[in-house]
Amino acid sequence: MLEQLPAVILLAPLFGALLVGLLGLRDRRACFPVAFASLLIALASAIGAGMRAFTGGAYDYFIGGWEEPLGIGIVLRIDTLNGLVLIAIAVVAVLALIFTIRPSSEKDEGKTAYFYILFLLLCVGLFGITITGDAFNLFVLVEVSALTSYGLVAIGSSRRCKMAAFHYLLMGTVGASFYLLGVGYLYLKTGSLNMQDINTILATNAVVSESPGVTTAFILILVGIWIKMAFFPLYGWLPNAYSYCPSGSACLLAPLMTKVSVYVMIRVMLSVFGLEWVFGHPGWSDLVVWLAVIAILAGSIMALAQREIKRMLCYLIVAEIGYMVGGAWLNDPNLWGLTGAFYHILADAMMTLCLFLTAGIFFKYKGISEIADLDGIFKKMPLTSIGFVIGALAMIGVPPTCGFFSKFYLIRGGIEGGQWEYVAALLISSLVNAVLFFRIFEIAYFGKKPAEGHDHEHNHEHEHNHEHEHEHEAPAQTTLPAREAPLSALIPLLAAAALILLVGIFNGQIVELIRVAFEIPSTLVSNLR
Amino acid sequence: MVEFFLNTVKPHFNFWVYVILMMIGLWSLIAKNNLIKKMMGLAIFQSAIILFYVSIGVKDGATIPVLEHYGDYAEKAVPAGPDVSATESSPAPAASNPADAFANPVPHVLMLTAIVVGVATLGVALALCEMIFKEFDTLEEDELLRKIKALHDDA
Repeated sequence: MLEQLPAVILLAPLFGALLVGLLGLRDRRACFPVAFASLLIALASAIGAGMRAFTGGAYDYFIGGWEEPLGIGIVLRIDTLNGLVLIAIAVVAVLALIFTIRPSSEKDEGKTAYFYILFLLLCVGLFGITITGDAFNLFVLVEVSALTSYGLVAIGSSRRCKMAAFHYLLMGTVGASFYLLGVGYLYLKTGSLNMQDINTILATNAVVSESPGVTTAFILILVGIWIKMAFFPLYGWLPNAYSYCPSGSACLLAPLMTKVSVYVMIRVMLSVFGLEWVFGHPGWSDLVVWLAVIAILAGSIMALAQREIKRMLCYLIVAEIGYMVGGAWLNDPNLWGLTGAFYHILADAMMTLCLFLTAGIFFKYKGISEIADLDGIFKKMPLTSIGFVIGALAMIGVPPTCGFFSKFYLIRGGIEGGQWEYVAALLISSLVNAVLFFRIFEIAYFGKKPAEGHDHEHNHEHEHNHEHEHEHEAPAQTTLPAREAPLSALIPLLAAAALILLVGIFNGQIVELIRVAFEIPSTLVSNLR
Repeated sequence: MVEFFLNTVKPHFNFWVYVILMMIGLWSLIAKNNLIKKMMGLAIFQSAIILFYVSIGVKDGATIPVLEHYGDYAEKAVPAGPDVSATESSPAPAASNPADAFANPVPHVLMLTAIVVGVATLGVALALCEMIFKEFDTLEEDELLRKIKALHDDA
């Protein structure tokens, strides 16, 4: 039974989505329990499957028992890397799901069932991307997650989200098509789609691995993944899509979609082409690290220029993507850089979840979307503020949080690889983050104009009164401006904040697991200083 | 010019066509103003990749990969599955490798899936176009951007 866990990770949310379709369309109240149960099953099996890989090393799972290389089998491969990512995805999905218990407006209630179907299918796609061992299946699963995320962006009631979703669709499809084209060239040269087979062929057959076709394949795949992850010049779709979509979708999409794409890039570099092949091309590392430096600086500067909380966070994601791409591409290949980049996938998923949950809470329960309107919010929503502060400190990189440790590993990698521009960009970006968030702290703690702040609060109270009617925890406080967000929002937020601290405190153990997978090929170790 | 065509274009005719188609698609994706035309560009772009995949499965003088066409090779108990050697740079002579008598079915099968993905994408894109039209009464991008800007200024 236990060896079937990898399949259960995929099947639980898939059948959950079917059940939501069957039951939830008749009765809205059935949606959440079904979705919650299926994601819990997925989380449990992700932990089970991950533990097996942590203790016993990587293993394959063949769906239906069709073993390779009989053509197109569906092979799932689990090692320590994707074990960690699987657990992170499941945790983020469960927390984001709890946040969606209460629909943000009456108008959205008719869409509840569709929302949960898309939510679960997106989880299927993300789990599948992480777990698959086949280059073509990866494309299909990328498209499964992409198609559902277009739906999740467009499901909101804001007028602009449809347009944002359409642009996201155009960019996303072009990205996936480039990936598909790259896989085609790879198949042309190696005759295999199984990642491990391709890796073996490239490592053993010099004629194939040195042919321009394989280089073309790598570049096409890389560009495709970069579009998907919103790497700097290709980030155009991200800010609109994530800031105009409903809060519930944003809390799932923003932490996961880009991070899983970074995972795909590291997986392609590590398990398909092999680090030896990738870093055997002089100059590539420098080029990509410089691109990453530009991405980090541009993302940070654009974040400074934003007035809306969510848009600011979107540009911060662009900068964070630069951290990870740069870290993964540091010279040699660089054990510290790769470890840091991978650790940052987990760390950034938690940080982004935490911050987007806060932004969602401010918007959903207070109607606040602009930074300037946060006047004195810390006094009114102390618990939400604690979550926000922890998320912000993690973004800046203050020690006990995970953000500090990922920056520590990345900077150490940059120093060892001798790429000082990357180190400088990381430090500048940290400073910019500090400026960004301390500006918000100042507004939110002290408030600029207390009197005006009160007026604002009353207006918003009126507008959002209907949302507070069912609130059970604070019945007597209807007249007071101070009102904490409901438990359904506080539980995921505080859990995400706790996870930021936990991932930071237990970074030693996590990094130990990551390192097992990044055993640098022995021929390259001689290059390491 | 003629020599260029005979030596470079003709032997790789399919690949030239796929690249040209892909560029047409990409151009219309970027340059066209109408959302439906952008979507058409997307469809051409995806079809170009399908053409590429179908082309790599084809072999000179090979038949369709169905066992009934196995014919003369039937007595040699070699399965006619996809073969790695056939796609590599130095293919074995046709007589020695029975797999060379058949087109490679794997890329074609992959494209069945890719076509389904493409149809789903276009479906979602059409649905989004309809929603945009209902919301803004236009599908021209410049008008849309103007209306969105006006929306933003009001708020």
